[in-house]
Amino acid sequence: MSAPAAAERTSVFAARGVTKVYHMGEVDVHALRGIDLDLYAGEFVVLLGASGSGKSTLLNILGGLDSPTAGSVHYRDRELTEFDDAALTRYRRDHVGFVFQFYNLIPSLTAVENVSLITDIARNPMDPVESLRLVNLGERINHFPAQLSGGEQQRVAIARAVAKQPDVLLCDEPTGALDVQTGILVLEAIERINAELGTTTAVITHNAVIAEMADRVIHVSAGKITSVDVNTSRRPASELDW
Amino acid sequence: MILSALNRKALRDLWQMKGLASAVATVMACGVALFILSRSMLFSLDLTQRTYYERYDFADVFAGLKRAPNTLAARIAEIPGVARVQTRIVVPVNISVPGLDEPATGRLISVPDGREPVLNRLYLREGRFLAPLADDEVLASEAFVTANNLQLQDTIAAVINGRMKQLRIVGIVLSPEYIYVIKPGDIVPDDKHFGVFWMNENALSTAYDLDEAFNDVSLGLLRGASEPDVIQRLDDLLEKYGGLGARGRRDQLSHQFVDNEIEQNRNMGMFAPTIFLGVAAFLLNVVMTRTINSQREQIAALKAFGYSSLQVGWHYVTMVLMIVAAALAAGIPGGLWFGRVTTQMYAKLFHFPEFQYRIYFSVIASAAGISVVAGIVGALTAVVRAVRLPPAEAMRPEPPASFSPTLMERLGLGHLVPPVLLMIVRQLERHPIKTALSMVAIALAASVLVLGNFFQDSVDYMMTAQFQWVQKYDMAIATNDDVADRALYEVGRMPGVLRAEPTRRVAARLRAGPRTRLVGITGIRRDNQLSGLVNMDGQETPLPPDGLMISKKLAEVLEVNVGDYVEVEALEDKRPKQRVLIAATLQDFTGLRAYMDLDALHRLMREGPVLTGVEMLVDPLQQETLYRELKNTPQVAAVNVKKHAMDSFDKTIAENLRIMKSINLLFAVVIAVGVVYNSARISLAERGRELATLRVMGFTRGEISAILLGELAIVTLAAIPLGLALGHAFAWYMCTAFDQELFRFPLVITNRTYAWAATVVIIAATASGLIVRRSLDHLDLVAVLKSRE
Repeated sequence: MSAPAAAERTSVFAARGVTKVYHMGEVDVHALRGIDLDLYAGEFVVLLGASGSGKSTLLNILGGLDSPTAGSVHYRDRELTEFDDAALTRYRRDHVGFVFQFYNLIPSLTAVENVSLITDIARNPMDPVESLRLVNLGERINHFPAQLSGGEQQRVAIARAVAKQPDVLLCDEPTGALDVQTGILVLEAIERINAELGTTTAVITHNAVIAEMADRVIHVSAGKITSVDVNTSRRPASELDW
Repeated sequence: MILSALNRKALRDLWQMKGLASAVATVMACGVALFILSRSMLFSLDLTQRTYYERYDFADVFAGLKRAPNTLAARIAEIPGVARVQTRIVVPVNISVPGLDEPATGRLISVPDGREPVLNRLYLREGRFLAPLADDEVLASEAFVTANNLQLQDTIAAVINGRMKQLRIVGIVLSPEYIYVIKPGDIVPDDKHFGVFWMNENALSTAYDLDEAFNDVSLGLLRGASEPDVIQRLDDLLEKYGGLGARGRRDQLSHQFVDNEIEQNRNMGMFAPTIFLGVAAFLLNVVMTRTINSQREQIAALKAFGYSSLQVGWHYVTMVLMIVAAALAAGIPGGLWFGRVTTQMYAKLFHFPEFQYRIYFSVIASAAGISVVAGIVGALTAVVRAVRLPPAEAMRPEPPASFSPTLMERLGLGHLVPPVLLMIVRQLERHPIKTALSMVAIALAASVLVLGNFFQDSVDYMMTAQFQWVQKYDMAIATNDDVADRALYEVGRMPGVLRAEPTRRVAARLRAGPRTRLVGITGIRRDNQLSGLVNMDGQETPLPPDGLMISKKLAEVLEVNVGDYVEVEALEDKRPKQRVLIAATLQDFTGLRAYMDLDALHRLMREGPVLTGVEMLVDPLQQETLYRELKNTPQVAAVNVKKHAMDSFDKTIAENLRIMKSINLLFAVVIAVGVVYNSARISLAERGRELATLRVMGFTRGEISAILLGELAIVTLAAIPLGLALGHAFAWYMCTAFDQELFRFPLVITNRTYAWAATVVIIAATASGLIVRRSLDHLDLVAVLKSRE
């Protein structure tokens, strides 16, 4: 598995001069200070940075949850920054898969129902059971979140995110609440989605080890991209340890 | 005083949840206001009545008779237990009032010349008492004067013993005997057409040929005297003077109505506040449970820093007490305001010299006490959880909620249901008690509405029955004494009379074993067309050819059934005593009544064809002429015009019902909005994260609103039938709680009432749902994803 050659790459996201200022009472917090970034189809990117570096803000803007104070974000040939609320909802519904640090499963629904919740409104969904099988949870589809371990819950969340066959999978600290073993199981699931479905994947983390499984590693600090590393060879998730 | 940090926290937390806190406080305030209203009204009415009775020497025993010499008074005074005796003359009169085309009916009561009566003294509102020996002066009852816009020195004309006499009003008075004034035979007051007048005894005795004689006596009893014993001895004494049966206060009409009202306040004083305080306690439970769950970490921190469990518990109790304080702050003035509204309603019905609605400190103290108890009971389980929470456990987030497949799924129907609906149903099933209580609370709102409208429905039905089925005549007249039946033909020839039918009323005592009741037996022709003998269900019962037909209630009171015999003791004329068959019963609406075929009654009375009244159908075009004719007919003692009774009803009872209905509406809306708004806000707080997650994943606002509000919609819709059934049950209870001898409310609830109750609840629920839905627009999608909860 290697990064696609630069010439063939189609840009999924193109961010230019993205700035985000939060007005917190009388203080202005500059979360992003002029970010330029491209994400390409099918690649696995890790956004690495300390907490408060602005990486989550960037991911939220790409995911259509937040809008920049200045700058532009293109999703394929569309200007994301010009979308209104309804259009952003539509965009999230059709194109984006989210995985959150704290899973955010619906406690009143079983694993398969949590996935069905999304496939019911998606345009081109896969079978919910199929997507759970992709994350190795084919056996526990009828369990409620309270009956699943943290790692299992996160894998249900991944299955839920990919079941709609999104163009991009955005994961915000997906292993942040997990121990190493279960964290690796979760990363394997994300790796497999990226490889088998070719879904463009962005993972936010402050854990530098995880960066080794990415095609590209984007270092974020104090609201700026400080460097971009390209891994010539990706390490499989199963070999990671921290 | 400087607030402790913990108290500041309580205040700020409350401010944070001000919407919820005020919803709870409002429901509680309604309970407080209702409690204060009914308890204070109960005490105020009771005190006003007692003071009035005491100061104006309201008698204990009352008796009418044909005629007895004044010397009998001394023998009456010798009856053991009798403290004071007041003999007097009481006669019905037909009067004409300036500005009133139709004749009105009056009652003339004598007062001793130049001094006040020893019993049933009069309160002089305006003018002066009668000049001794004046024979053209009267004191008039205030209600009559007001209703007819009369003034001092105005005159009314009365047919006194066959002669028209002009009487000048020199004083406007009130009497403890006539707090509630109702014309004999009517079911609602008609102040315009019925008045009570007081006249010098000399003038009245001369006019009615009752020199040195009386036809009415009132007794004041010694403390501890046996009323039944006195009544028995008085009846014995009066028997040969044509005694019409003595009665105690319990059977005095005005007293009965006032007592009935006091009793109603006593019942409502327990019933209505219980509903509101119960709902408020439930809401507090929900709110405090949620607050304490969301403050687990804070509780842990407080305990870690050394606050005792007791201090933490007290902290949350303080929050509850602040909500209760707000409820009291609104409920107490609310109670005062309702008191004023109710006082105005009473003023139309009850004539006291002065009715002071007083708020009693003890009532406020109990209202506060009860509210505090309700509040603490409501919040208890939540507060105990906070107290028991071990700090280490509290530091960890609450474990994910456990769910299980619903009944629907266990039945194998789960696959038919989309996940969104499953979320809703499982959420409801997960908290069965909370769901059930929410349902009950909303159902109570619906039931309050049903109950409020039930009175209207019931009274409407009663009035339709009374004015269309029972009183099929347009006008009825009554004579002073029985007259020969050729009077019927004279009346029949009067202008505008289309049909005339005779009635004969006999005062009688019915006795069955030790049980007795004084009643008027009404004789009517079996083929009569103007008096309907109609049951509550609208069915007529034919008058049997022989024997009595009595009110079902009278049969219950006497403990007799159809086929049994009662002893009838007529209290007029030859005073025959005879065993008479109970041939039928009638499930009627008011009073204790007895009917007999006219000929059978004549046989019982051993008399020829006589009558004491005529019922008529009247040509409206000739009404005025007929009125003039009747005003000048000496024998006519009373004229009842159905139209006037209906108008009077509209002005008093109907208007009061309308006020009651709007107050009820207000209360029901408070409950419905309180419960739905509260549930929606709590759901939103508990599930904001879930809903935000769905929004992030592409659900629209409408879709997550459906999830949030669907639950409430289901609860509300399920609560409505329950509420309607509950309302029906409350209405049934009310039917049994009212004084059954005076009135029997038919249990009639129209479909319109049910529809109205359901509609109001749905609108109130939808409105509160929409208010909460607006907060969904401000859901912070980003923040909610980063937090654990």
